[in-house]
Amino acid sequence: MNKLLLQAVKKTKKIKNKTLLLSAALLLSSTAITQVQAQELDIKVTNLTQGLHFTPILIAAHDGDTQLFKSGEMASTALQMMAEGGDISALSAMLTNADKAENPAMGLLAPTMSTSTMLSTMDDNMYLSIVAMILPTNDGFIGLNSWKIPSEAGTYTFTINAYDAGTEANDEMITGGGAPGAAGIPAAPGMNAGTGGTGVTMTEDNAYVHIHRGNLGDDDLAAGKSDLDNTVHRWLNPVASITVTVN
Amino acid sequence: MILINKKLALTGLATMMLSACGGSSSSSKMMLVEMPEPMFTYSYQVRVTNLTYAQPMSPLALVLHNEGKLWTVGEMASVALENLAESGDNSGVLAETLVLSGQGGSGLLLPGMSETLDVSYTFTDVNNAPMMLSLATMLVNTNDAFTGINALEINNLAIGESISLTTSSYDSGTEKNSELMATIPGPAGGGSGEGFNAERDDIDKVAMHSGIVSVDDGLMVSALTQAHRFDNPTLAIMVTRTK
Repeated sequence: MNKLLLQAVKKTKKIKNKTLLLSAALLLSSTAITQVQAQELDIKVTNLTQGLHFTPILIAAHDGDTQLFKSGEMASTALQMMAEGGDISALSAMLTNADKAENPAMGLLAPTMSTSTMLSTMDDNMYLSIVAMILPTNDGFIGLNSWKIPSEAGTYTFTINAYDAGTEANDEMITGGGAPGAAGIPAAPGMNAGTGGTGVTMTEDNAYVHIHRGNLGDDDLAAGKSDLDNTVHRWLNPVASITVTVN
Repeated sequence: MILINKKLALTGLATMMLSACGGSSSSSKMMLVEMPEPMFTYSYQVRVTNLTYAQPMSPLALVLHNEGKLWTVGEMASVALENLAESGDNSGVLAETLVLSGQGGSGLLLPGMSETLDVSYTFTDVNNAPMMLSLATMLVNTNDAFTGINALEINNLAIGESISLTTSSYDSGTEKNSELMATIPGPAGGGSGEGFNAERDDIDKVAMHSGIVSVDDGLMVSALTQAHRFDNPTLAIMVTRTK
């Protein structure tokens, strides 16, 4: 019975009809409500880096069967779209029953800046995932994969690392190439990169999602192998801090 | 003294208490005032190990506090922190207004070496036990890199209990990472590299450090070599409450 009611709530939530949702909720006995035990979450993401921007961030509370990415496995096309061009739409479309926040920063998240959102663990969405492309990189992204949301109320802070989708050679050339399969880096939002690089590498031999080895950059913004500045666009992990408040 | 601090509005009563303090005629109230105040001392032992290959750490700044932070990612570094991060001078951090009690390191903490510091705080109100412990030190073969502990909660630490952790490195954002010899205060700068400079020619916000580049990895003007590169973590720390 509870399951049926839950499904009713889920359905009404999907079609976003507040009147229906209300009447469905009224059907729930108080016992059923305590069994649901949905938790309200405040989630804050901080860009810890000194010279990198994050493109629109996707934050989701989802079930245990969903994974946006997996280390050591090949990236999905949806992940590739996010990692190479910052496009989170295909990844977001995969999250059918999740509670999600698309682009909470309303654009780029600049170095040292933070953005926040609120999610719910309703419908057994007990796992948290976060992804966003890192600029300027070829296919680097910040990644949190299926962090189990604690049932105990409290504030939890941890850091996350930079991954490489394994889908594009890290040539470090700013060409505007953001479409899946297109070579090059879409942009350097800090406006502090160069031109005329000949390319750091033309191959990506590790086609599995892995920890990013970092940008190389060089000290000649008009030539050299890389269009990136080696005193500005490198990083060390961790690259982002996550604070989750379980209410 | 406690009564005076409470600024009693009743002048007559206050006068009576003051005269009691002065040792005039005896009364039961005088006994109350002269009772010795209870004293509490909390002590912590902090063992710090430099995990880097060739980054000496400047003399440590270890402090106990109840509020605030020594730094916040995304905010401007305090002048005290700027001093520590650019020149390795810990005096400003030890004198920050939030500090209840502080302890400085004995000198440079060399790579691979450990140092143990003790810090204590004595207080009279049982509710004033120290809540947080912070530590900061500069990676001296850099422009403005520092590492440490930022407001570690120690209020639930029982006597004999320890917390172990490792630390990442930060950039104070107050000096461009030029790696020029004239800007590196540590031995890699040849002993004449500049320390503190009030000018802030970087992003002027604290962030995580991106590591040094070095002459061996593509920065031709750098005074640093491959040996000065570092990765996170840079310190291993064990905090033990001893009293």
